[in-house]
Amino acid sequence: MNVDEDLLRNVAKLARLKLTKEETITFLPQLNEVLDVFSKLEEVNTDNTKSSFQPVPLKNALREDKPTVCNTQEEVLKLTDHKKDGYFKGPKAV
Amino acid sequence: MISEFIKKIQSGEIDVVEHTNKVLEQTHNLNNEFHHLNIISEELALSQAHKLKKAPKGRLAGLPISVKDSIIVKDVESRGGSKILSGYKPLFNATVINKLQAEGAIIIGKNAQDAFGFGSFSTNVGLDLQTPLNPNDKTRACGGSSGGSAGLTKAATFPHTSLGESTGGSIVAPASFCGVYGLCPTYGRISRNGLMAYGNSLDKIGPMATSPEDLALILEIISGHDKLESTSLNNPVPDFTKEITNTTKLKVGIISETVGEGTDPAIADNIQAIASKLNATKVSLPTTHKYGVPTYMLLATSEASTNLAKYCGMRYGQHEKLEGSFNDYFTKVRSKYFNEETKRRIIIGTFARMAGFRDAFYLKATKVRTKIIEEYKKLYKTYDILISPTMPIVAPTFKEIEQLTPLQNYMMDIMTVGPNLAGLPHINIPSGTHNNMPIGLLATSNHLEESKLLQLAHQLKNG
Repeated sequence: MNVDEDLLRNVAKLARLKLTKEETITFLPQLNEVLDVFSKLEEVNTDNTKSSFQPVPLKNALREDKPTVCNTQEEVLKLTDHKKDGYFKGPKAV
Repeated sequence: MISEFIKKIQSGEIDVVEHTNKVLEQTHNLNNEFHHLNIISEELALSQAHKLKKAPKGRLAGLPISVKDSIIVKDVESRGGSKILSGYKPLFNATVINKLQAEGAIIIGKNAQDAFGFGSFSTNVGLDLQTPLNPNDKTRACGGSSGGSAGLTKAATFPHTSLGESTGGSIVAPASFCGVYGLCPTYGRISRNGLMAYGNSLDKIGPMATSPEDLALILEIISGHDKLESTSLNNPVPDFTKEITNTTKLKVGIISETVGEGTDPAIADNIQAIASKLNATKVSLPTTHKYGVPTYMLLATSEASTNLAKYCGMRYGQHEKLEGSFNDYFTKVRSKYFNEETKRRIIIGTFARMAGFRDAFYLKATKVRTKIIEEYKKLYKTYDILISPTMPIVAPTFKEIEQLTPLQNYMMDIMTVGPNLAGLPHINIPSGTHNNMPIGLLATSNHLEESKLLQLAHQLKNG
């Protein structure tokens, strides 16, 4: 496994992070070392093994489909500086 | 034990308002010295105390409790240890907070932690927050990520318990380093509603205390099904405060890989001596020991990288001037306010889920997790409890931690990631000291068998 600077920058971009030059220099060898060790999972035979996405099996964990009381629009908008006409105001989309 | 104190509050022998005022003063003094709390919730604590004075009821009447910063408390700044959530005052309580308050507990503050739970030493705190110091030796770490919870539980000069949270060992690790009891329950036993998610298939809330009896009481109160949380288990909650005194003989296994190479010999000797007293048999967990850390890190960081996507400076927490596109704006806020370890883990998790790498890393780890669960389940056909050291070393100094690479940091969790991946309940039991620093014994039982862990802790404490 070899992650180069271009791949690292691409991963950071996908994660909505802009790394400084210093961060890139620090992270690159660390990431390669970590992934090298993580690659050892290849050694484990997982043929015919199912994935565990939860440690305890869960089945049909759904609530009744009925409206319930939740936070009001006014309360939620109190937490942000960016609002207009009762809605969140975000950056330009286009 | 807190039960005597609670009786005195209930009978009016102790004035709850006066007591809470004294506790807050002592907490401020302790916090100036050790930094175990990111915020002291003075206003909330006093308002609860005044209400309680009129009707001093509840199984936790007047008991001061601190909670990890990632467990949200209504109207109390809750940052999850990160600067990106500075100023965030939640609109509702976590389910565990409602349960504690319904029994008369008084919430005194939010404990320091590694930002979002990303660490084994509580040194990865948010950019404007202080690192908690170990009450046994201020040059050493409390352990992580629930370091402030364990630290204050050890340092408190008043009746007190705390809530921590564990994703890969974050309750038992700091409990071991500070010398207190810490119990991480079966995944789903305690509601995660109102807990800031790190790795949602791994996160568990659990109590920390100075005695197993106190753990049992808190565990009994905060456990149970919650219709607001889809992974909450709908199983009956045992009477932990009674079951702790059960005298049934427990069949114990000692995990041989954990007392060999890589573990401080003094710690290995301590745990092996206890194993002898318990007539423990040597058992082996080879897959867990060899592949547990990579499996854990891949799953936890993958989940974290999606869970943290919501922190983008729009709806709560830190904001910046709205400029540029969505991506420009989110990138600016996240790059400015996340600390280095948060960025590192988001990058590892994003990488593990990327097209071209997902099968080899994320999906492979989900399958190795199955193997690890199977490995434990096989042993629980024979044994009630498996023991090992909680940590391979005693609490390191801050200078020693600075020398560690990220990989060496991650490997510190080698004893604790197994039960966390398998969702198994586990407990740290203080078991002695080495160079005047606490050693912890890690005991793990089968799903929903927390009573056996409490029973073992009770038996060891009472000889």
